[in-house]
Amino acid sequence: MRNHSLQMLLGAAALIASGFASAETPADFLARYETEARQSSPSFSASAERGEKFFTNTHGGEWSCSTCHTKNPTVRGKHASTGKAIEPMAPGANPERFASTRSVEKWFGRNCKDVLGRTCTPGEKADVVAWLMISPR
Amino acid sequence: MNARLPARALRTLALALATGAAATAMADDENKRMNIDHPVYRSECGSCHIAFPPALLGANSWRAMMAGLDKHFGSDASLDAETAATITKFLVANAGRRDTTGSDGNPQLRISDTPWFRKEHRDGHDGITPGVFRSEAVKSAANCAACHRDAGQGDYSERNIRIPKNGARS
Ligand code: HEC
Ligand code: HEC
Ligand code: HEC
Repeated sequence: MRNHSLQMLLGAAALIASGFASAETPADFLARYETEARQSSPSFSASAERGEKFFTNTHGGEWSCSTCHTKNPTVRGKHASTGKAIEPMAPGANPERFASTRSVEKWFGRNCKDVLGRTCTPGEKADVVAWLMISPR
Repeated sequence: MNARLPARALRTLALALATGAAATAMADDENKRMNIDHPVYRSECGSCHIAFPPALLGANSWRAMMAGLDKHFGSDASLDAETAATITKFLVANAGRRDTTGSDGNPQLRISDTPWFRKEHRDGHDGITPGVFRSEAVKSAANCAACHRDAGQGDYSERNIRIPKNGARS
């Protein structure tokens, strides 16, 4: 089931990437990050399962992505230090997600640094997007 | 209702509020709306917390804050240079007139550390109790919206203040 929908998404991603490269959709981000990841590991294929694990686990620090975004990407989160509400991360629950390179790259940059102490790799970003795209399952 | 007030009046009020000088102006609770009306500022500086009113810190404090966004109160809030410059301009143009340099000689970066804030939010004043800022419902003095329900719109009117019920328990 999961694999099937992922394949469909990847198909859509490939279509979009070939058709209109400037499109700003979740599938476009997935395709872009996969392409980048394949430059260093040619057999890379995004995994929603890995994405979920990455998102919900801590990485040596105090916070995980879920600390602010919750473990359920279809519900509202809450900023860990300010308490401010954060709209759901899954594009299926919040159509404004993964619609702008500027916003997505800015927040991956900031949040990965806060959670991992480094930038996220293209593979990690592809996995996270793949997971968010199939939520809600 | 507040939105219909002339912008100039609002700006004057905001300034008066910031300098803490105009006690008479402040007696008029209806008008306690502070200028945060800049779309880039509101979206960039209103994502992790509400967009704070520029009038509540001096220009030197805003400049210092904008120069260190990569290490912003334990968070990475960095921005591209162009956006940062646009926001700095808005903040400085609308900054409070009072200098907010701390006793250590460095610009204060927290509104909640300024003498004005501490005085206005002192224990026993209008329902503020010891420990309320550390309580589970408020968590931080920077969480203005826990009490000022419309702080997200720059509205600090007295009628829109609700101190959380369990605020006293910390
Ligand atoms: C300390 C709180 C916090 C943590 C931890 C956090 N985020 Fe975020 N994240 C935010 C806030 C705040 C926003 C911006 C508000 C919004 O977009 O609703 C955001 C936005 C994003 C966006 C932007 C989506 C878009 O369409 O613009 C992405 C992607 C993101 N976060 C990914 C992550 C990942 C991946 C992690 C873990 C490595 C993570 N976040 C951890 C607070 C956090
Ligand atoms: C990535 C998240 C994030 C972004 C973006 C962000 N901030 Fe903050 N800011 C914080 C955190 C976290 C705190 C500390 C909150 C606390 O202690 O309760 C804070 C605190 C502050 C305070 C002090 C509040 C007080 O009086 O205690 C000010 C002022 C402030 N930020 C201004 C800004 C400005 C201006 C911008 C835009 C350039 C901005 N912030 C963008 C996370 C962020
Ligand atoms: C625990 C609740 C609480 C929090 C949190 C809080 N305030 Fe207040 N605030 C009050 C109360 C109570 C008053 C007093 C109202 C009055 O003057 O009668 C007040 C007054 C004010 C006033 C009006 C001053 C005047 O002249 O009457 C401003 C402006 C203000 N606060 C700004 C802020 C800002 C900005 C923050 C966040 C950085 C904040 N407050 C956080 C409770 C709170």
